Amino acid sequence: MPDTTAPIREVKKTTCYMCACRCGIRVHLEDGRVRYIDGNPEHPLNQGVICAKGSSGIMKQYSPARLTKPLLRKPGAERGAGAFEPISWEQAFSILSERLAKIRASDPKKFALFTGRDQMQALTGLFARQFGTPNYAAHGGFCSVNMAAGMIYTIGGSFWEFGGPDLDRAKLFVMIGTAEDHHSNPMKIALSKFKRNGGRFVSINPVRTGYSAIADEWVPIRPGTDGALLLAIIHEIIAQGLYDRDFLVRYTNAGQLVNLDEKSDEFGMFLRTEVPEEEGCFDPQNKLWWDRAANKPVVTHTEGCDPYLLGEFKLSDGTPVKPSFQLLQERVKDYTPEWAEGLTGIPAATIRRLAQEMGVTARDQKIELPIAWTDSWGKDHDTVTGNPVAFHAMRGLAAHSNGFHTIRALAILMSLLGTIDRPGGFRHKAPFPRPIPPCAKTPNTPLAVKPNSPLDGMALGWPAEPDDLFVDEAGKPVRIDKAFSWEYPLSVHGLMHNVITNAWRGDPYHIDTLLIFMANMAWNSTMNTAEVRKMLNDKDEQGEYRIPFIAVCDAFQSEMTAFADLVLPDTTYLERHDVMSMLDRPISEFDGPVDSVRIPVLPPTGECKPFQEVLIELGTRLKLPAFTTKEGVRKYRDYPDFIVNYETEPGSGIGFLAGWRGRGGEKFMRGEPNPRQWEMYSQNDCVYHHELPKSYQYMRNWNQGYLDWSQRSRITRYAEPILIHLYSEVLQKFRLAAQGKGITRKPPEHLKRRIETYFDPLPFYFDPLEVQATDTRQYPLAAVTQRPMAMYHSWDSQNAWLRQIHAHNYLFVNARTARLAGIDDGDWIRVESQWGKVRCMARHSEAVEPGTVWTWNAIGKAAGAWNLTPDANESRLGFLLNHVISEELPEGGRRISNSDPITGQAAWYDVRVRISKVSPGETAETSPQFAPLKPYPGQEERKSLWSFVAGRRP
Amino acid sequence: MTQLALVIDLNVCVGCHACVTSCKEWNTSGQAGPLTDFNPYGADPTGTFFNRVQTFEVGEFPNTETVHFPKSCLHCEEPPCVPVCPTGASYKRKEDGIVLVDYDKCIGCKYCSWACPYGAREIDEQQKVMKKCTLCVDRIYDQSLPEIDRKPACVKACPTSARLFGDVHDPDSEVSKAIRESGGYQLMPEWGTQPANHYLPRRKTQLRIFDDELVRADNPLKIEGRLPKPAKSEPSLDDVTSW
Repeated sequence: MPDTTAPIREVKKTTCYMCACRCGIRVHLEDGRVRYIDGNPEHPLNQGVICAKGSSGIMKQYSPARLTKPLLRKPGAERGAGAFEPISWEQAFSILSERLAKIRASDPKKFALFTGRDQMQALTGLFARQFGTPNYAAHGGFCSVNMAAGMIYTIGGSFWEFGGPDLDRAKLFVMIGTAEDHHSNPMKIALSKFKRNGGRFVSINPVRTGYSAIADEWVPIRPGTDGALLLAIIHEIIAQGLYDRDFLVRYTNAGQLVNLDEKSDEFGMFLRTEVPEEEGCFDPQNKLWWDRAANKPVVTHTEGCDPYLLGEFKLSDGTPVKPSFQLLQERVKDYTPEWAEGLTGIPAATIRRLAQEMGVTARDQKIELPIAWTDSWGKDHDTVTGNPVAFHAMRGLAAHSNGFHTIRALAILMSLLGTIDRPGGFRHKAPFPRPIPPCAKTPNTPLAVKPNSPLDGMALGWPAEPDDLFVDEAGKPVRIDKAFSWEYPLSVHGLMHNVITNAWRGDPYHIDTLLIFMANMAWNSTMNTAEVRKMLNDKDEQGEYRIPFIAVCDAFQSEMTAFADLVLPDTTYLERHDVMSMLDRPISEFDGPVDSVRIPVLPPTGECKPFQEVLIELGTRLKLPAFTTKEGVRKYRDYPDFIVNYETEPGSGIGFLAGWRGRGGEKFMRGEPNPRQWEMYSQNDCVYHHELPKSYQYMRNWNQGYLDWSQRSRITRYAEPILIHLYSEVLQKFRLAAQGKGITRKPPEHLKRRIETYFDPLPFYFDPLEVQATDTRQYPLAAVTQRPMAMYHSWDSQNAWLRQIHAHNYLFVNARTARLAGIDDGDWIRVESQWGKVRCMARHSEAVEPGTVWTWNAIGKAAGAWNLTPDANESRLGFLLNHVISEELPEGGRRISNSDPITGQAAWYDVRVRISKVSPGETAETSPQFAPLKPYPGQEERKSLWSFVAGRRP
Repeated sequence: MTQLALVIDLNVCVGCHACVTSCKEWNTSGQAGPLTDFNPYGADPTGTFFNRVQTFEVGEFPNTETVHFPKSCLHCEEPPCVPVCPTGASYKRKEDGIVLVDYDKCIGCKYCSWACPYGAREIDEQQKVMKKCTLCVDRIYDQSLPEIDRKPACVKACPTSARLFGDVHDPDSEVSKAIRESGGYQLMPEWGTQPANHYLPRRKTQLRIFDDELVRADNPLKIEGRLPKPAKSEPSLDDVTSW
């Protein structure tokens, strides 16, 4: 007789989603319960390792914070109180689809869809576009859009999913403004190998934690001054002649001649040999160099010619011109290390030394790989050269209102050192590099929003000039978040952080329904948390909610769910199909495109339904053309069916997944739908990895073989070279418009000066906007946050194990700064900005520069949320810094987003505060506090003691 | 005689806690489990962990080191926890040197945790027995696992491969080499416990730039004709000397 008591053991492979990293995992099940999750050794991303979050996925799966039923706010209950009654999915769908159908038939922009996660935009974006609303974005605008925009507008690629440091071959690695863990396991794997190979690791950061802890040198810097440091390093690199001249000449616009005739409409633009209609979104090769030998202008890349990079010249018609590199040199002339010392707090000698380390390492430790390739101008190269200096940067640079220019400066520095898509430097990941800027555009008129029609264009895009802005004839924004308007022209990820405020105020207009997926906009993902919570619950004079209907889809009882009228219970990542699509942000490696999938290892809990299924069902009920036939009949049974059969256009052969396409799975990138595609992913570790030939793996901006391959594979429309924009014509076009030049649209009067100031074609340093608007004698300290590694990019305060690592947070204060303020280690203190205040505990630290205070973000929770007990440490002792950060700044009698004036990037890290000890009688509890939430119907009771053993119910 | 142990490389440990939760996850459902949690969703949550990472600062700003220090049972060669155990529950295995607790014999008297100078043992308040790292003894010999997986969960998980596992008595093992070549050390050797686990210290890579590296013949400024040169009209010796 078989042993019926023996446990049933299974191992299933899927993709992790405890953070945004997307490692391959093996889930070991015992009697249908998760017993152990480990890294999949066959997966290219994590190569078998797993992080603290990944191993704790088990506690996410079985968390009592999980929502299990669709919920409707009880009649009469206030938003925020979390009083719900369970309803069926059929009811939920009919409520939503009736409401949305009405909106779509009248004014589709009254529906807004904003999502916390930005890695399923292929589907969420498709849904929004099909619906016809322009009001769609993911969280990039309040996360790190400056990093994406600043680099993509300069080198055609960026960090993380789009590219990264090649630490296998780098000799010097400079990490600047990177928090604990962005991204996670791949960075840790690479960093450890790099250190063991004897590489030198320099970390520039106000705080020394996480990765910085193992740096060979920690360079503390004042927040928001990274731009000053980078510009001073550029100054030094140019002054010493440590730039890679050959690289600059051939692969950047350094030698291109700029028109300096101030009277011309073309002032500040590159000279062109002819002015054809410049179709498409690539740089035509029609610019000029000043040839050194012939001493006259020639078309760039003319065989045998070599341009001056420095100097000033006059064309035969008298037009004064300079190479853009000359303008860069002039720009950084006064940005000396001594100047930067005063801003950054870094000694000038250190800045000079850092510049020299970078320059000398790049120049003298060159790598030559015996890889033949052909460049875009037909020149054959026998080798690929590498200058082994690598950088990594993220939100520390990005989340400032001067972040775009800071990041442009970084990308320019990386280019001066000749490190772009080269061994040991920065390397792209498919589908990058892309043209500068990429081709996708939003519509440029409100006429694109029409009843019962898909949006005529993308909701998010990459403006190349003022005429690409999504504004009406008066120059007013079309989008609720004012993205792609004159206020934030290059807001390529939208401004999710202003959606609620704008919708509440009705500026630019009121909306009807706000659908939020997986974003905690009533807590840690919003600035000005307490006020935003009031806005969510605010009613007009007629007693109607100012935001009439709010639906939230989440797997957990977040603070935001409490403000919903309708709550849709999402599954966990272990219960769903999912794709990391090439149409989105895939998990590509340096050596070629990689995409991957999730395949459910467990059935959904309760009545949970994956958000993907919700969208497909809604899209079908609303008869959106992508989801139904002309006759209005359902096209896709469910999400897996959609993934297999959806094509971007009928017969395009391009779908969400790039692997195993074609009827028998014999094609990749392009091919007919393959009915067995899921099965093939399942048999191949849930991952498709196409390794490019070595000759296509480097210099991809200008690698003809790669560009042709990319074009044939329909990754790009054009196979034109992507020259690095040291000097940005895109920015200059906006500046010219602000100066009233040219035939493009012009900004409204009140924004002219702003555009003219900030749309500088070369990077410059300015104090962050909030600092300019702050009396820094009153509020002298910069206050910043980071997420701890064990919770990076995760929602895991509900997680029984992870919350034991971080149950509450402190404000870390340099010990000397604290003592001067009379604050002892562990004291209760008040942190005040000009916008708000919090009470919290202080912790002395020697690992933070004296002008900065910081804390772990999103550890503090509202009482009772996430199904923690109301007296849990998270709410009693934990706190959010968000309460002292404003989502808006006053500007000339108006209010404007507290964001980068170019990209709309939320300027989280610009806030200035003061700290003081609280009076002796004050409560030993953080403030502000909010009325405790109660568990919702369908939530599992929380255990007070748990001896978790898989395989049997404890 | 074999002595299995962990060698932890502080030079690359970034304090991510992967070892902490992978250990908890494997072991709570393993032979040494469960690893009970008290108040997992309430105030002051606390539970049994076999491995924890402590983070502390050394030095004064700006000369500060932030140290991430993972710590678990060190599997001492002279374990003070063994002789103090009144029931023989705490024992050291001859075959591989792993120090274990036999829960059937343990009476939860805590003598062993008092004797341990490293604070590596944790009483399970639920089961009233002493618990600690077993080096995943229920993994490392499990023939049903592929060989690559026959390692402690923390070693498999560690993203920076800061945790090496092997026989510190075998001079050719990876761990012995690491101890020898990278300055591996024991914690508090003055206690005479001879911990089997070792730590590898931080190492710093410096770069020295020589002045003459900044003035090179191939300096690109020369191509632009921009290397600094004095003007011809400036005074020179030619103006004032005669021979």
